Amino acid sequence: MIRTEEMLLNVGPQHPSTHGVFRLVVKIDGEIITEAKPVIGYLHRGTEKLAENLQYTQIIPYTDRMDYLSAMTNNYVICHAVETMMGIEIPERAEYLRVMAMELGRVASHLVSWGTFLLDLGATSPFIFAFREREMIINMLNELSGARLTFNYMRVGGVKWDAPEGWVEKVKEFIPYMREQLVGYHQLVTGNEIFMNRVKGVGVYSKEDAINYSLSGPTLRCTGVKWDLRKDEPYSIYDRFDFNVVTREEGDAWARYHVRLEEIEESLKILEQAVEQFPAEGEILAKVPKIIKAPKGEAFVRIESPRGEIGCYIASDGKKEPYRLKFRRPSFYNLQILPKLLKGENMANMIAILGGIDIVLGEVDG
Amino acid sequence: MSGEKDLEQLKKEAAAKAKAAALAKMKEKEQVESKEETAAADLDIAKQKAAAAAKAKAAALAKMKEKEQVESKEETVAADLDIAKQKAAAAAKAKAAVLAKMKEKEQVESKEETAAADLDIAKQKAAAAAKAKAAALAKMKEKEQVESKEETAAADLDIAKQKAAAAAKAKAAAAAKAKAAALAKQSDAAGDDEKAKAIAAAKAKAAAAAKAKAVASAKAGGGAGDDEKAKAIAAAKAKAAAAAAAKAKAAGGKVEAEPAEESKPSPNQPYLDKYVKVIEENLGQDVLEDYYINSLSKDVPTLVAKRESYFKVAEFLKYNEQLGFDYLSEIHGTDFETHMEVYVHLYSYRNRQSVALKVKIDRNEPTIESLQPLWAGADWPECEAYDLLGIRFTGHPNLHRIMLGEEWVGHPLRKDYEPYDVEV
Repeated sequence: MIRTEEMLLNVGPQHPSTHGVFRLVVKIDGEIITEAKPVIGYLHRGTEKLAENLQYTQIIPYTDRMDYLSAMTNNYVICHAVETMMGIEIPERAEYLRVMAMELGRVASHLVSWGTFLLDLGATSPFIFAFREREMIINMLNELSGARLTFNYMRVGGVKWDAPEGWVEKVKEFIPYMREQLVGYHQLVTGNEIFMNRVKGVGVYSKEDAINYSLSGPTLRCTGVKWDLRKDEPYSIYDRFDFNVVTREEGDAWARYHVRLEEIEESLKILEQAVEQFPAEGEILAKVPKIIKAPKGEAFVRIESPRGEIGCYIASDGKKEPYRLKFRRPSFYNLQILPKLLKGENMANMIAILGGIDIVLGEVDG
Repeated sequence: MSGEKDLEQLKKEAAAKAKAAALAKMKEKEQVESKEETAAADLDIAKQKAAAAAKAKAAALAKMKEKEQVESKEETVAADLDIAKQKAAAAAKAKAAVLAKMKEKEQVESKEETAAADLDIAKQKAAAAAKAKAAALAKMKEKEQVESKEETAAADLDIAKQKAAAAAKAKAAAAAKAKAAALAKQSDAAGDDEKAKAIAAAKAKAAAAAKAKAVASAKAGGGAGDDEKAKAIAAAKAKAAAAAAAKAKAAGGKVEAEPAEESKPSPNQPYLDKYVKVIEENLGQDVLEDYYINSLSKDVPTLVAKRESYFKVAEFLKYNEQLGFDYLSEIHGTDFETHMEVYVHLYSYRNRQSVALKVKIDRNEPTIESLQPLWAGADWPECEAYDLLGIRFTGHPNLHRIMLGEEWVGHPLRKDYEPYDVEV
């Protein structure tokens, strides 16, 4: 037996594979991790505190900066919370624009997740391909909202801008292109033996653990729990679309990889139907008061973001600013299981496990 | 009449003005505190005061003008400044250097007083604007014009008016300042030309800045308000007419649409009844403080547990076979000023049902059992609630300040939070 000394290793807060400013203090015995302690808060901007002095519409740009890889779902969750409280009916055309924007965002987010995950594992070229396709989506969302990442697109009662001419056709053209690329992705990476060895059986957890640790999204579905808020607690107009909830049984990084890639396919299905059903004309903003005041009381809504269940709690005292605003941020909850996963793992698997959870630090820190 | 005497008198006037303004401000403050009862009355008083102040100022200006025997109808700051400069140049020649130096000191003092007075006036105006808004709101309430749009429109109108008035006042103040600056220059000029010029230039700049500010504020608030004033008035009138018509209709036709508001029972009502029944059968009648369907939050069944039975209820919700809430979606705290509240949103994957569990805790000693032993997912969110609100979760294995760090002073999401700054 080789006797090794316990060593304390600091990873981050600025390390490329931590996907942001995330610090991990790891105790290692040889190459085996005996303890891992995540340190977060480097990107805490006090969004919830700031929101207490902002009107509801003014808060929307702040949500762009939480999960900056999928800002559309963040936009949506706060609008949805206020709309739920006020009982506002959203015009058809706005609903379709919202769904298309969110699903494009989901595809873009999963592309980044896929590219960076493989980059962490040492495969540099998938990242380039992923960003090539993502760039097309970002251009489309840019045409829609005027911004590449921080869209500030949705409003309480609808959306800010109507789709420019020819935009829907662009989305339509993108769908078959993306499908083609997905085949290429699988050819490039999925069957690769090195890749399989790095992710199969790595970072495994059970269905019970996933639920107990409040995991959601792909990190939950990779254990076989068939649960997607778009399907099970339909919001917006998701009940009109025919799509599958992707699940895998393994519960490891390999399963999470597959769930995300297949979810891109499901999002494309939704986009396809949305493009077909998109009303030729109509309002994009419901008749809402100029100054939005949520009624006195509280509400908690949750929707499905690419990373899992994003929720928004509002306690209102009837004023134009929320009395208390709280976001249930999926990355924050999903990251909790990390110390448990890392314990006893090989040091080399640390990055694979972290990349597999797919966090966005802006969202972890709030 | 000699220039000397002039100056003395001016100084006295300035001092008197400053004092009057200070007094007015003090009074204003007292009235602000009790503004809710006498908001409307206060508005009148404020208006009177403002009018009085304006009058006093106008009188002072008139006197000055009279004494200097200059007829100037122009009220703009620039014009005043020019005239004052001319005057200053003429008077400066007649003055002895020693005297002027002595006066310079006095002048500086008086100027400071004037500046202070100006500041006070500005504050007063701000207070008056706030009061005007409150008064407008109060009036609106009295008239029972419930629509928020109308409220806003009326308030905006009032504010716009107030701002316009404030801008006008600011202009007058700037004019007064410019004169004071010119006088200062007058005294300086005889003594030290270079210095005087510099000072005068600085003062003129200040006056110009004051004017610019006034203009800016007028543009930002009053100006825009003026533009929209007519529109707002028209809109308000139209709305009032519409409201009146609606009222007339209501009075003439049906009574009210109240019966329609009685909604049918929520589809989640049976679930709530079931949860409450199961809990009360197993844990006793006195574990729940309240339970209801939260119609604002997608009809989620909401249970409010008593402080001492919170953990017991949570444990029961998780492990009871009929309930089986295995997933903790969200846990956070809120400072409601009268109490702290912990909000937990649970979900049962088995029954596909949600429940919200709430508990009220003492705000000064916010302590509650941790749910981490039941749901591992409550670990970090409880740390977050501890960090940002100061709620202590007993039984939590690693309660630490997860976001701000251990050395942070205070809990920012508490409503009484004051940022701690070492340098202040």
